[in-house]
Amino acid sequence: MKTLLPRLLLVTALWCATFAAPAAEAAKKPDPTIEQRVGDLEAYVNNGARVTDGKAESRISGAGPGHSAWMMTSAALVLFMTLPGLALFYGGLVRKKNILSVLAQCLGLAGVVSLLWWACGYSLAFGKGSGWLGGMQHAFLRDVGTDPNGDYSAWIPHSLFMVYQLMFAIITPALTVGAIAERMKFSAIMLFSVLWMFAVYFPVAHWVWGIDGWMNGLWNDGAKIKAIDFAGGIVVHMTSGWSALALCIVLGKRLGHGKEPMPPHNLALCMVGTGMLWAGWYGFNAGSAVAADGVAVNAFVTTTLSAAAGCVTWPAIEYVMRGKPSVLGFCSGAVAGLATITPASGFVTPGVAVLIGVMAGAATWFACNIIKAKFKYDDSLDTFGVHAVGGTIGTLLAGVFATTAANPNLGADRIKALVGSTLWLEQVKAGALVLVWSVVATVVIAKIVSVCCDGLRVSEEVETIGLDLTEHGEEGYHG
Amino acid sequence: MKKIEAIIKPFKLEEVKDSLRELGVTGMTVTEVKGFGRQKGHTEIYRGSEYTVDFLPKTKIEVAIPDSQVKAVVDAIVKAAKTGKIGDGKVFISPIEDAIRIRTDERGEQAV
Repeated sequence: MKTLLPRLLLVTALWCATFAAPAAEAAKKPDPTIEQRVGDLEAYVNNGARVTDGKAESRISGAGPGHSAWMMTSAALVLFMTLPGLALFYGGLVRKKNILSVLAQCLGLAGVVSLLWWACGYSLAFGKGSGWLGGMQHAFLRDVGTDPNGDYSAWIPHSLFMVYQLMFAIITPALTVGAIAERMKFSAIMLFSVLWMFAVYFPVAHWVWGIDGWMNGLWNDGAKIKAIDFAGGIVVHMTSGWSALALCIVLGKRLGHGKEPMPPHNLALCMVGTGMLWAGWYGFNAGSAVAADGVAVNAFVTTTLSAAAGCVTWPAIEYVMRGKPSVLGFCSGAVAGLATITPASGFVTPGVAVLIGVMAGAATWFACNIIKAKFKYDDSLDTFGVHAVGGTIGTLLAGVFATTAANPNLGADRIKALVGSTLWLEQVKAGALVLVWSVVATVVIAKIVSVCCDGLRVSEEVETIGLDLTEHGEEGYHG
Repeated sequence: MKKIEAIIKPFKLEEVKDSLRELGVTGMTVTEVKGFGRQKGHTEIYRGSEYTVDFLPKTKIEVAIPDSQVKAVVDAIVKAAKTGKIGDGKVFISPIEDAIRIRTDERGEQAV
């Protein structure tokens, strides 16, 4: 009771202050003591909350330079994963008559999603609202400035957090494009992606990462499902990968699939894209610590080891099965290792990362070689086989192997009892719900888009000629 | 006049060209072609999708020569292009009715 009364008085005072703005200025917080000033500096170095918060006027109320520098670098790295990493990775895998269509889709999505994010996407995903969706308080980036948003980070500008998260929003629909390559109308892809962002990405990002998200086990005391997702196993890879499977089945196979050869037209481009993805993934995973701290460095290490283990495992299976390790096998295995460690990267130790990478390589090899052949769906570039399978396994394994040794935030009261016991069950619940949500939303949106665009697919003639010339009026290769 | 068409393994082109030049053959036309004969193709596998490649890359050489050179030229091609393994290729000989050098309007053997 002794502490409750002053707190209530403080809250009441603050509330009244909002009615009388000039008076509020007069009620300025006291100057910090030297202890508090040193405390703020320590908080910056340790990536903690300021000790002056609510007690005194901080002398470093803005962002911290070191954390900001790393996060700007990370944001650029994550964009680099899409432009041109994923574009080249996918571009090399299609036939040469369709390479530009893939590049156009990646570029188009980067542009459109950025504008959506500015208009209301960021606010819906990361603004405070209900557990299901954020509010509109940050529409058109209102109040998203250089001051940190304490909900997500004490030491980087709110605007930097916003732009960093934008890069995730860009790559997610771009991943889906891989499953429907070489046959879907450009207009239909764009309309589908816009609707999909509203129906799937913005809500799911809010559920799992929003400060009041109902699946945000790490930060939200009131989360109904206490799931963890460090860098987007659920939010990015499961949503895009499962939607990709649903969409490629709704869309149907490419003409001549299974009868005529459709080998990748340039595996060298594919390898270049893989290298960019791997390098960019450090921004994706290590950047998801939202600070240049120990958790970030641990994520950097686990990301490296899982990618390496995946990169070895897939071609090793090929070597055992038929005597030849393929370049596409190295590329696929590395990306699988990266996608699978993503949800776990900031929660597990390096040794576990190796195990996750090996399982990633084996499981995605099985999905792309055995499951795809058995069920005969045409997931053109294996978005489902790599990203959905990797993201789903990684989400589950994050629940099994997460430890406070890798991430002290797991020691918080709201979640510590689950860590090392039934956290995996929370992961299963969150993963299953997002899986069903993604698939259902995708099917419904596909039907709507099909009506609006007079069908999802290009005509047989257009598909035969290739999308570059027919949809974009250009050719990738001349001479 | 005869036209000699030789389909050979691509990496033998330099040897064949050199030996024909030694014989005094003054020109040739070379094309990259694909085809199959008794040599089987190969299979390529991309993430489990297996493709049989029937058409293998070959090089086609065409030379037009006077009748008197036919035996020497054919022997030279066969000798230079031979590896003794399946897929070495073929040589076809056919008659040429006439030939015209576009620059000078010369006709017949003088034109080749």
